Amino acid sequence: MLRFILSKLLYLIPTFLGITMIAFGFVRVLPGDPVLLMAGERGITPERHAELSHQLGFDRPIWEQYLDFLGRLLQGDLGNSLVTKKPVLTEFLALFPATIELGLVAIVIATMVGIPVGVIAAIKRGSWFDQVSMTAALVGFSMPIFWWGLLLIILFSGILQWTPVSGRISLLYYFPQVTGFMLIDSLLSGQKGAFLSALSHLILPSVVLATIPLAVIARQTRSAMLEVMGEDYVRTARAKGLPSSRVVGVHALRNAMIPVVTTIGLQIGVLMAGAILTETIFSWPGIGKWMIDSISRRDYPVVQSGLLLIAGVVMLVNLAVDLTYGLINPRIRHK
Amino acid sequence: MNAFSRGLLAASVLALGAAAPAMAKTFVYCSEGSPEGFDPVPYTAGTTFDASAHPIYNRLVEFKKGTTEVEPGLAESWEVSEDGLEYTFHLRKGVKFHSNEKFTPTRDFNADDVIFSYDRQGNAENPWHQYLAGISYEYYSAMEMASLISSMEKIDDYTVKFTLSRPEAPFMANIAMPFASIVSKEYADTLEAAGTREDLNNLPIGTGPFKFVAYQKDAVIRYQKNADYWGTAPMIDDLVFAITPDAAVRLQKLKAGECHLMPYPAPADLEAIKADPNLKLDEQAGLNVGYLAYNTTVAPFDNPKVRKALNMAINKGAIVDAVFQGAAVAAKNPIPPTMWSYNDAIQDDPYDPEAAKAMLEAEGVSDLSMKIWAMPVQRPYMPNARRTAELMQEDFAKVGVNVEIVSYEWGEYLKKSTEVNRDGAVILGWTGDNGDPDNFLAVLLSCAAAGEGGSNRAQWCNEDFSALISQAKQTSDPAERTRLYEEAQVIFKDQAPWATIAHSTQYVPMAKNVEGFMMSPLGDFTFETVDLVE
Repeated sequence: MLRFILSKLLYLIPTFLGITMIAFGFVRVLPGDPVLLMAGERGITPERHAELSHQLGFDRPIWEQYLDFLGRLLQGDLGNSLVTKKPVLTEFLALFPATIELGLVAIVIATMVGIPVGVIAAIKRGSWFDQVSMTAALVGFSMPIFWWGLLLIILFSGILQWTPVSGRISLLYYFPQVTGFMLIDSLLSGQKGAFLSALSHLILPSVVLATIPLAVIARQTRSAMLEVMGEDYVRTARAKGLPSSRVVGVHALRNAMIPVVTTIGLQIGVLMAGAILTETIFSWPGIGKWMIDSISRRDYPVVQSGLLLIAGVVMLVNLAVDLTYGLINPRIRHK
Repeated sequence: MNAFSRGLLAASVLALGAAAPAMAKTFVYCSEGSPEGFDPVPYTAGTTFDASAHPIYNRLVEFKKGTTEVEPGLAESWEVSEDGLEYTFHLRKGVKFHSNEKFTPTRDFNADDVIFSYDRQGNAENPWHQYLAGISYEYYSAMEMASLISSMEKIDDYTVKFTLSRPEAPFMANIAMPFASIVSKEYADTLEAAGTREDLNNLPIGTGPFKFVAYQKDAVIRYQKNADYWGTAPMIDDLVFAITPDAAVRLQKLKAGECHLMPYPAPADLEAIKADPNLKLDEQAGLNVGYLAYNTTVAPFDNPKVRKALNMAINKGAIVDAVFQGAAVAAKNPIPPTMWSYNDAIQDDPYDPEAAKAMLEAEGVSDLSMKIWAMPVQRPYMPNARRTAELMQEDFAKVGVNVEIVSYEWGEYLKKSTEVNRDGAVILGWTGDNGDPDNFLAVLLSCAAAGEGGSNRAQWCNEDFSALISQAKQTSDPAERTRLYEEAQVIFKDQAPWATIAHSTQYVPMAKNVEGFMMSPLGDFTFETVDLVE
């Protein structure tokens, strides 16, 4: 098992190097120049432009800038934002817990709802439940997130007034951040009602963010279950006279889970993409919105280091998924 | 009434009685974006100034609320020498800086703070000049303060003398701008000693109506009333900015009572806001202009008559209706009607395609093909440049001019539009910084602003016009300045370097119980005058 983990970790090194190149190159390939965007309508004289570009190091050859970026990276320096002038890592750490909290709740919703729906749809293949849930999944998968979020806000916050419109907690509550996770911090604060307020603020954004992964997971579970249900060992289990719940729950589901876990792992990327829009609609102070703002301002250090940090997290999640295979399926572990 | 209801009533009366004196008035503003930082000096965005310069800081002089008039701020009075080169400011006594966990001021505001606040921007030798990585002072540089201020002298603790290198009438308006905010020298020294200089930007200390409490990035900014404020203390106790980037969501929050006031409503929502019994809508003409700048160095646009003919072909009324949804006035001058020295006697070129066509023919222009540049972004002065360009395309087709619409990424657009031999007329606009006509006419239309990288996108250099503008800049008599600017506007209209499009209206929706909010012609959002009534 240790060798398995080590070999996976070794793979990460070249991948990570590749990502540094893409992250560095990506924002520079886009047309536009942070200095010009800073100057706006007023314009900037060529002399002043040259002066600022020099100050920021943009006048050096691109490979030199890249090596400099790598060099600083090795020393743990991710650079400072051109806009806020603050260290990228500080900003990332301030915003990341909000994204994680939202993403975790969303993935829990997507999994807790998606898997049972997929299993039931598979067992009752062709039934009305199967048809309705799979149609809903198709609609959910194709839902434009921005529109969907706004629709839910207007219905649940505007008309029904069941949930707050946006933000992470009611502004009545004010306590210092300890972990950055509002659900935990609100409990730690000991303020009455704070936890419920934080929870109520999480409902709509996490449902919106969960929509696409939920649809994907439900469909994947259904097809994996259908495949497994036709296997010999399931027939054998039935022939042995095992109760149906045990056949489905142990023999079929466990084997069907391998592609589903892969799918859940892949949804982390989808979540990150969805977070950008979800965070913007719900004024959720996370890294999705941070990235979008930085790209539109061509804030090179934030975009390149931010992408790197996000890619790093996604890589670690994928590693965790790989290791989970080992737990589910002993054959993979022993290879 | 049964026993239970009586008990409930008694309990609620008690609760109310107990809570009432302690109940703080909290005003929530659904702001449109995050501040870049809290030191107002290195930044240029209005969103940043609303969160830093306006609530936390003061300047030597201030814009009187709701106007662009300059009134005393941290300077109680001032004298200007005969030659317009020496400004002596008499500072207000007994002004207290805020305090926070790391700093408690031991002295009142004085001349050292004034000199420090300017010197750190203009003097590269000042140890605070580069206190943040990659910091620059774009407003200080754009307003040419470095070359303008030749020296600053502390006469005594409460008197400072600025000596200018040339007479400059807009100087007072310039130093009322956010970049001229006064920071505490003593606080800077304390931070320097503690080795935490970046806290000047993170934990701001000023003299303004509100004290900074906390900022949670991209989410919430909290302020508290400054009870020691030298001016009229705010009526609300706590001020909260709930950062809400999407306009539709801001409106939902306002309707749900999650905030009291919001900026920048979507034009499409205005009718619904007006109809809502729980909301009210303030409006004011904006200090801005949207325009189409011809490249006056390229034929046939170097001919004023051709430009004039094209201007007559544009149906501005249709653009105001379709693009601005009526929330604008058609522009005839380069400066907005709310600005002093606006020349209302000028007649706009009539919309007359027939006459326009005849004029073009008379100038020997036929089969003209041109480009119109449409900005890729929304701005208060131009909600939809693409749509505007399409309407102009139709208008120009009627006079036989074929238009191709082009656009670039915003940074590229800003850069390419300043190129001297640019092909095409460019849609752009301007929002005033300080209410001085010089801030429009010199910045956008003077010979000095022409050339690559300049903000004169028409590349229009008219010696007479520029002479009037620079004469006005050096004249201190307001009546004389007005006359000069009025005359300059006549030349502008006659020469037609731009098609002036519109001055857009600003709207501010707020809850019914908000009182005392004063819209700023400069587009600032300030809250020291607001109150919440029952």
